[in-house]
Amino acid sequence: MEKLKFAFYWAASCGGCEIAVLDINEKILDVVALADIVFWPVAMDIKYKDVEAMPDKSIDVCFFNGSIRTEEQEHMAKLLRKKSKVLVAFGSCAHLGGIPGLANIANKKEVFDRAYLQSPSTQNPSAVTPQTSVQMKEGTLTLPEFYDTVKTLDNVVEVDYYLPGCPPPAKQVAQAVEAIAKNELPPRGSVLAPQRSVCDECPRKKEKKKISTIHRVYEITPEPEKCLLEQGILCMGPATRGGCEAQCISADMPCTGCGGPCPNEVEQGAAMISALSSILGLDEEKEKSYDAEKLVAQIKDPLGTFYRYSLPASRLRRRVMKE
Amino acid sequence: MTEFKPRIVGFLCNWCSYAGADLAGVSRIQYPSTLRIVRVMCSGRVDPIFIIEAFRSGADGVLVAGCHPGDCHYLAGNYKAERRVAMLKKLLEQFGVEPERLKLDWVSASEGDRFARIIKDMTEEISKIGPSALKTRG
Repeated sequence: MEKLKFAFYWAASCGGCEIAVLDINEKILDVVALADIVFWPVAMDIKYKDVEAMPDKSIDVCFFNGSIRTEEQEHMAKLLRKKSKVLVAFGSCAHLGGIPGLANIANKKEVFDRAYLQSPSTQNPSAVTPQTSVQMKEGTLTLPEFYDTVKTLDNVVEVDYYLPGCPPPAKQVAQAVEAIAKNELPPRGSVLAPQRSVCDECPRKKEKKKISTIHRVYEITPEPEKCLLEQGILCMGPATRGGCEAQCISADMPCTGCGGPCPNEVEQGAAMISALSSILGLDEEKEKSYDAEKLVAQIKDPLGTFYRYSLPASRLRRRVMKE
Repeated sequence: MTEFKPRIVGFLCNWCSYAGADLAGVSRIQYPSTLRIVRVMCSGRVDPIFIIEAFRSGADGVLVAGCHPGDCHYLAGNYKAERRVAMLKKLLEQFGVEPERLKLDWVSASEGDRFARIIKDMTEEISKIGPSALKTRG
């Protein structure tokens, strides 16, 4: 049987998804038995022009991680879409925007000001910042345009499948590769992860959901058996798709939502706001001293907490910048 | 020169605030025609995504109105609504949207004139803030 052709690419990414591919351990041998990797910038020296020379749809599956925030990344997304039969948005960044997506509270000017001018360890007296084009005596040097807004992969090209997670859990990656090998993929556009939330996979005991005080993770030592949310620690479990076997929660850290929204949730952040509002202050409702503002003021950073991975994919998508 | 006329979306609960709005109408109490009403069974039904969607669809302001605390037809739905709106206001601020655009108030079925006054005040306030930046965006 002819080997499949796989490609991996990283856009606005931390590189963790590349490592996650190796996290499948010995199953990597199954991958290389099944497929030839024809493009993988982090590991192989194949150039962009080699990809451009490939016939359209000659790559069987391209695993694309990272979000889109530069001209180069958009170009490669479009190129790889053309050259691939199946394009998989690999990881939270490609799926929802991910951590780089939080830059949508700023724009290019603010990001550049901070990175190249204002950060405490920067010495840049002539205020030099990257330019898209610079005239030198030898000719013109160009750099890809840096966009104001971070986009998800499906904002720029059509995506066939999504592998959520930061990074996608090894088990889900292995299952996805197996489904590809057996040609048993679900309908196009599907998320290759379970339908149910993290709560379903969480080993902790869930009893009565009602909280009065919200605790930051460092403020208390949680009881090992009890639901973290019930103890007042903000856990995104109820609003997050499972598939990760609740690894973070088993290590006493609350879920931060990297699996993305559950099916039927329009938007992860809004869903969690709704869920949390239902259970925050249930006992206090009966008291004369009930103060909704005070209860809610315990959440210091709603945007960062509820939209940590999904800001570019949200309905509001980005902060409104004042002119 | 056209003066800016805000578009306000109002989520009104069936048992109290919608009835109150209806009473304002029947009593022929004049109030600005800036409000577009969506009747929900309870203010607690109002999902934050409805409010966000209203802003994305071009609303300059959103009102969530329910029964007075203690009078909710479903006992405590309005308390949930209060917390949701409070959390969403904080979120909107982080998104650069003026939190004054989102308002929560209690209107009972007999408070027709109070309802009219709320809409009058809100229309005035939003007129001063100006059109929402969200509607001009892609």
